Amino acid sequence: MKEISKEAREKIKNLFSRYPDKRSSLLEVLHILQDDWGYIEEEDEEKIAELLDMNPVNVHEVVTFYTMYYRRPVGRYVIKVCRNLTCTLMGGETIINYLRKKLKVELGNTSSDGKFTLEAVECLGACELAPVMEINGEFYGHLTPEKIDKVIEELK
Amino acid sequence: MSLVITPWFGAVKIGDYIKRRGYEGAKKALSIKPEDVIEEVKKSNLRGRGGAGFPTGLKWSFVPRETDKPKYLCVNADEGEPGTFKDRYIIENAPHLIIEGAVIASWAVGIHRAYVYIRGEYLKFALILEKAIEEAYQRGFLGKNIFGKDFSLDIYIHRGAGAYVCGEETALIESLEGKRGNPRVRPPFPATNGLYDCPTVVNNVETIACLPYILREGGENFASLGVEKNGGTKLFAVSGHVKDPGVYELPMGSSLRELIYNYAGGVRGNRRLKAVIPGGSSSSILMADEIDVSLDYDSMIKAGTMLGSGAVIVLDETACMAEVLRVITRFYAHESCGQCTPCRQGTSWMAKIAERIAIGKGKKGDIDLLLDIAHSIMGKTICPLGDAAAMPVIAICDKFRSELEEQIRERRCPIERE
Repeated sequence: MKEISKEAREKIKNLFSRYPDKRSSLLEVLHILQDDWGYIEEEDEEKIAELLDMNPVNVHEVVTFYTMYYRRPVGRYVIKVCRNLTCTLMGGETIINYLRKKLKVELGNTSSDGKFTLEAVECLGACELAPVMEINGEFYGHLTPEKIDKVIEELK
Repeated sequence: MSLVITPWFGAVKIGDYIKRRGYEGAKKALSIKPEDVIEEVKKSNLRGRGGAGFPTGLKWSFVPRETDKPKYLCVNADEGEPGTFKDRYIIENAPHLIIEGAVIASWAVGIHRAYVYIRGEYLKFALILEKAIEEAYQRGFLGKNIFGKDFSLDIYIHRGAGAYVCGEETALIESLEGKRGNPRVRPPFPATNGLYDCPTVVNNVETIACLPYILREGGENFASLGVEKNGGTKLFAVSGHVKDPGVYELPMGSSLRELIYNYAGGVRGNRRLKAVIPGGSSSSILMADEIDVSLDYDSMIKAGTMLGSGAVIVLDETACMAEVLRVITRFYAHESCGQCTPCRQGTSWMAKIAERIAIGKGKKGDIDLLLDIAHSIMGKTICPLGDAAAMPVIAICDKFRSELEEQIRERRCPIERE
């Protein structure tokens, strides 16, 4: 079981005043702990439930509902490539395949060196940049194989 | 031509925003009675910019004025409709429009606590908004005694975590309460039983961002920018096969053709226009000869589609409709919350059938099967996600039946691509 760091505990405590009940802070609490731990394991859910005076099953159903929570370790960089309509029209599938080959990793998996996780995701809300990907919160648009090479190089 | 939102783009810092007459609308609102603010918004013919197009002033007036319960405002920044990125532009380029609008709405309805529900992927933009909120507190535009009045408002940002359905107002409320985003049965509506079972207003970012203009220039002025029953301007997010994808602000009632050709630069590479999805991926597709329509809620319904969020996706002659169908159906299958059987089952069945058509394994009769499933979802679910999944399928199957049939027969896409 993972420990909740002092910093995370402090951040979480500050959240409680925002809502009339603790449970409402669950989504943000999970974001904070995931930033610390990398992912949320089932055995950690009990600890989180305790922190928020909740039933563990209610933590579990949230962790499994929202796509941004990871339930197993991910790479240092999580590459989310859009597979939705505008990006597909603009050649998104070629981009996804290029990344798969370049990083030697299948969708949903992490490269053997633990550096990159590759995910195909739904619309990122940046269609003017299509085809687009997001890496650790940063958006990269108008992707071409050359541009991807450059971006990946800079992440190494 | 007067514009409501884009003239403030670039005024990210509060000083720059104030220089451009920022917070004058909020000041004006707080100098008149809350009921009069609601009247002004009713006069403006402002309708919900998230896609439903419900009159904003009317929505507010359903909230009880006298109640023992606290009331809440939820600003919906869970922009997730494929093709839509206009709210991101507002947050990124003029965050104070949202804060000022929230002050106006809260004064009008009697609200002291507002949440901005922002999609999890917009972390970077949430930080911009957070900074703007801090600035507003420092200037006394948020917190206690705003503009010296006995009125307080606190705004908090609440980040989502990846779920399209949370853009639906009752799912958003569930998510704010720390739960799965399962939409609620309505009635009761959020206006009386919303967040924590308290009276709640849920308004889209763009709707909120129109309020400063309405208060500053007057409801009639705003109404006159648009057309009958559709006041003001609208942000359109244009993407796909156009020369200049981006966000454009046009008066309500402008022509879709004008938007595509005069603003977004027309079809890239001077290719032939094939079709347009005019209001996000849930809206019914229009053929190339159907784009002389007026961009307002009522005309778009008459044209058999909807204005939706104003996300215009342009398809040129290289677009393969089987591929389009595959991507759209996969999306709704992925995003269905699973509560209602017709949507949970129907969306995945449609996705499976569209997938097999796209990879050349379609069967004779698949198009009728798709239509049958889509019609069995329409109107039979708790929230509009079911309809959103069915409408584009019905329109694509009806309008591009011969292309899809050819794909099934030939086992490959009939569209020539370079």
